[in-house]
Amino acid sequence: MDVLAAKALGAGIAVLALAGVGIGMGNIFSAMVTTVGRNPSARDVVFPIGILGFALTEAVALFALLIAFLILFT
Amino acid sequence: MAAEASKIDALGQFELTTWFGGVGRVVNFTNSNFMMMLGGGLVLALLYYGMRPRAVVPGRLQAAAEISYTALMDMSVGSIGPEGRRFFPFVFTLFFFVLMGNLLGLLPYSFTYTSHIAVTFGLALLVIVVVTAVALKIHGLHFFSYFFPPGAPKALAPLIIPIEIISYLSRPVSLSIRLFANMVAGHVMFEVFATFVVLLAGAGILGTAVGILPMAINVVLVGFELLVAALQAYVFAILTCIYLHDAVHLH
Repeated sequence: MDVLAAKALGAGIAVLALAGVGIGMGNIFSAMVTTVGRNPSARDVVFPIGILGFALTEAVALFALLIAFLILFT
Repeated sequence: MAAEASKIDALGQFELTTWFGGVGRVVNFTNSNFMMMLGGGLVLALLYYGMRPRAVVPGRLQAAAEISYTALMDMSVGSIGPEGRRFFPFVFTLFFFVLMGNLLGLLPYSFTYTSHIAVTFGLALLVIVVVTAVALKIHGLHFFSYFFPPGAPKALAPLIIPIEIISYLSRPVSLSIRLFANMVAGHVMFEVFATFVVLLAGAGILGTAVGILPMAINVVLVGFELLVAALQAYVFAILTCIYLHDAVHLH
């Protein structure tokens, strides 16, 4: 196989991890919406925790993206 | 670099260049160092000029300085506990150094010093060294019980202890890579969409019309990156707080 084609394929496979990240982020925000819907006064407590969870989950996506960039650009 | 990507110079914006001619080359004074000094200077100026009026009803600058102080004080006391007051200066400095790096990097022609793994890993290493030193100072050798949660069955010790040690040692890695990867990914996206605009504009009148789309995406991305810049600084600071909480309270 051509090296360039293999690189493109590898970068594509590397970002498959984003499927899990999507599920995780959806979970976080659905839980947040449910919590705030049931108890609107909990919003101020839940929001920073949710944002923290969002950032931690997004980091996984960025690890995958970083690997894809490494494969593509180096 | 791959042939398809040769027109998109995505990583060129992260290159270091020395400033101030020969003197800068000798002492290796780069644009990164300059932005760091600018960021630190801006924070000092905000606090100095913000707090100089000492008005009872604060003006805009004083309100900004007071809000940043109280918000970070609440965060460190809230997540570390009453001992958080001692670590507040450390958390405050880290938060504003990272925030200024992220925000200054969004200005055109500037440089994002938090987009270099050397900078973020240095910061994360500082955090982990401080956390370990604090834990050793407060708890002495009892600190090592941190690697074995109380109440866990003794038979699982050979399994749990290596896992806990690895997770402890991977903290600086994840802390630094999270910030660095966020910044790099955001700026690479800017570059890619900006290149689309240039390439499309070179393709005649129809291309220019279509080129408005990536331009619009870039405008939205700037807003998103402003959010990410503040969020990542917040995450860096709050994770430092959480690690310090673990160091002070052990579990």
